[in-house]
Amino acid sequence: MRLSFHYSVLQSVSVMSSPAGGSPEQNPSSDAAQRSWPTTTGGWMLFGTRSAISIPALILTAAFVGYAGLARETGLSLAETLLMTGFVWALPSIVVLTGGMATGMGLVPAAIAVALASVRLMPMTMALMPIVKVPGKTKTWQLLIASHFVAITAWVYAMKHLPDMPREGRLPFFIGFGGSVTSFVFCMTGISYLLIDHMPPIVAGALFLLTPVYFLCSLWGAARMNADKAAMITGLVLGPLFFLYLPGLDLLWTGLVGGTGAYLVTRFMRRGFS
Amino acid sequence: MNGLSEAWWWPFVMILVAGWLATDVWRWLGVLAGGRLREDSEVFIWVRCVATALIAGVIAKLLLFPQGALAETPLALRLLAAACGFTAFLVFRQRVVVGVLTGEAVLLTGWFVLG
Repeated sequence: MRLSFHYSVLQSVSVMSSPAGGSPEQNPSSDAAQRSWPTTTGGWMLFGTRSAISIPALILTAAFVGYAGLARETGLSLAETLLMTGFVWALPSIVVLTGGMATGMGLVPAAIAVALASVRLMPMTMALMPIVKVPGKTKTWQLLIASHFVAITAWVYAMKHLPDMPREGRLPFFIGFGGSVTSFVFCMTGISYLLIDHMPPIVAGALFLLTPVYFLCSLWGAARMNADKAAMITGLVLGPLFFLYLPGLDLLWTGLVGGTGAYLVTRFMRRGFS
Repeated sequence: MNGLSEAWWWPFVMILVAGWLATDVWRWLGVLAGGRLREDSEVFIWVRCVATALIAGVIAKLLLFPQGALAETPLALRLLAAACGFTAFLVFRQRVVVGVLTGEAVLLTGWFVLG
């Protein structure tokens, strides 16, 4: 009696602490729990690569096709456009730097402007880290390399899909996914730079609208709790207000004030004053 | 300064320092700071809220204060296109592609109607 009790406790503990056991009871309705996952790191990277062939990647590509037109009109060379796409890999920062280089901005002011446009990447990366790493096993340098792929598209996809996957596979999947999207967008940006001589305004306008509508839908789809949805609504309202009244650091304030407000209100709704 | 900015390698220094370094430094800081977070902690929920609100701010700015050709369109048309796209996304079982195509259809229709 006593022995079997111990045995069952041990068994349930070992199931709970098994790193590959992506707890199915958290997502009883998800069919993801039943599928067979890759077993090797290479298999996970390949799975990430295959998943990269997706609507989000196509939409991001279209947005970069629009950027290629902007870069060419601005007077950037093909090499400069491609270097910027691959190394910066965050569309808002790329647009800011393109504008800065067009107006002959100095190195330091341009770096400050780009850094302000990229602050959002820090909380995004922070939020992703506990999901992709295997505690005690993942090396920091692996995370530093993977972090280069953190941009809205890969981040939203990862926040939505990674928690359903076994922990061991998440980092290789993310690197496979992010690396493929970056390489594909890099090539398509170069091709469209060479092919598109002049983009009709209606095409450019349609390409520029893709990004916000796509972000709007996918951010809502990636929300896991009411807190995420509340943060999205406060951000939509506060973003323009801070832009008008506190330009420069507006996105940082939007995130801190809107995100904290949404967190506090939904926390009170979840658990009262405790 | 002028002589510098005419050198062939100057744009590449700009891209690597003012572009790559100024962007990736935030990602690296996020890795170093996020390494201590736990997935099920309240701090993690708060950080995710901050990140989500930030991106929502980016979305609102892209719609209200767009750049390039989109800036020529009336604000009401852009908001209508985004609202229709998001509604279609919610109605059709949260399929992102439905939302995006609906938004684009409304924008292009409005563009042609308004001339």
